Amino acid sequence: MAVHPSLSLAEEGFLVLSRRDPLSKRLAQFPWWFLTMILIALWTAYAIYSRDNYREAFERIIIGLGVTAVTSLVAYGIALVLGLVAGLGRISHSVVFNNAATLYVELIRGIPMLVLIFFIALVGVPTVVEWINALGVWLDRLGWRQAGQILGGIQNQAIPMNVRAIIALAVTYGAFLAEIFRAGIQSIGRGQMEAARSLGMTYGQAMRYVILPQAIRNVLPALGNDFVAMVKDSSLVSVLAVRDITQVARLYAGSTFRFREAYVTLSVLYLTMTVALSLLVQLLERHLRRDG
Amino acid sequence: MADDIIVLKNLHKHFGSVKALNGVNLNVERGTVVVIIGPSGSGKSTLLRCINYLEVPTGGEVWIDGRLVTSNPRQLNEIRAEIGMVFQLFNLFPHLTALENITLAQRIVRKRTREEAEAIAMEQLRKVGIPEKAHAYPGQLSGGQQQRVAIARALAMNPKIMLFDEPTSALDPEMIREVLDVMLELAQEGMTMVVVSHEMGFVRAAADRVILLDEGRIVEDTTPELLFTAPRHERTRQFLSQILHK
Repeated sequence: MAVHPSLSLAEEGFLVLSRRDPLSKRLAQFPWWFLTMILIALWTAYAIYSRDNYREAFERIIIGLGVTAVTSLVAYGIALVLGLVAGLGRISHSVVFNNAATLYVELIRGIPMLVLIFFIALVGVPTVVEWINALGVWLDRLGWRQAGQILGGIQNQAIPMNVRAIIALAVTYGAFLAEIFRAGIQSIGRGQMEAARSLGMTYGQAMRYVILPQAIRNVLPALGNDFVAMVKDSSLVSVLAVRDITQVARLYAGSTFRFREAYVTLSVLYLTMTVALSLLVQLLERHLRRDG
Repeated sequence: MADDIIVLKNLHKHFGSVKALNGVNLNVERGTVVVIIGPSGSGKSTLLRCINYLEVPTGGEVWIDGRLVTSNPRQLNEIRAEIGMVFQLFNLFPHLTALENITLAQRIVRKRTREEAEAIAMEQLRKVGIPEKAHAYPGQLSGGQQQRVAIARALAMNPKIMLFDEPTSALDPEMIREVLDVMLELAQEGMTMVVVSHEMGFVRAAADRVILLDEGRIVEDTTPELLFTAPRHERTRQFLSQILHK
């Protein structure tokens, strides 16, 4: 799921120009691919600036940027929590917790993301609403009137697709992040846990104060990479008619038949976001490596 | 009956088919220093780690200060807080400074305030001779300094017992001295110590008892003087000639 692992190569490539190698060698080692990517982006920017068709496409598509950003950020925030809990479950000695976490991770990893989006939004959420309703009825019967009526009154239809999309992405990515957290925790030597326990700390205290601070620092770049991947995969929520940039681009293309303008603009928008975010992740990685 | 702070009864520990401990009985009187020696794989570290239940014994009983140790998490944490442990590889928390390493457990286990914990931490750092390193991270310290911080971290909990698991075997020769000096001082103050170590200088200077472990059993239980002059068992003689002529 690494997104642009070769970006650092691009940077090293540019340094080639300043070396004293023969011209032919410098030309051979220059990162032409990266230059091409920048040229494509510049050309698109120029097209948006100078051509009405492209400008119109851009103005229509950019409306969806807020939904894409909010969906990605909120879903990622929830996925971090789910992932941390499931990751702790994967290394837990509790049979129930461990099996529940493993079941979650393996189920999600074995199903295509597109199918998961449909399933969670259209089957998972309604099912959970039914359970909550049933719980409400039960509480009502027990005499907990107010709580019962609130829970019993939740309507499936009242949950907007945007929210379902966020839940779907969060549940899906939670499973991926769980594996990252698990790997991070397992990368910390046994001695750390033993030292903490020998001082009388509980397992939870040792995790919180000793293991997790080190583990999370180790996996920050991997978490960053998964956020970039999440931004790309947020395009899948367009199948739920959520108006992210992909959905508004589809609508625009469908109504005007300007497929080229719509999808060139859309692609360059994604590329700009992912390349910029990948560079940030790389800066973070370098920062951590220097301090570590 | 003597004041035995550690009582091990018929202790067994099996790792699969390997019997690391095979029926160990040991009483340690309060205030004594016991050094455990033995060939590698004889179960020395396992024995030490069974005392604070970092390894849960397969069979037998561990009594600490009159309480039977069980796997009950709450009781176990209480007992562990009374037993300081020093590891071969120090196991300092690398993301915390020396001072924070020493205050962390004081604050969350002993529930001391920050000021209280820091005052005790500085006192312990002075005792091990490196108060000026309070704000250094473990990565900025030498091995000997790290081990001294680890000892200070354990002492700050006011333990009744200190366990040392080969505390000098990961150190460069010139740093062994500084760690042994701290241990020696501790022994003179009357701390109950169980030490796995082959530092014969420390055995001569500080040990009240020396125990030779072989194949998970106590082979010899004697004093340092008798160990060198009149070892009772052939196995002890063999082992001593090996480590003294290396």
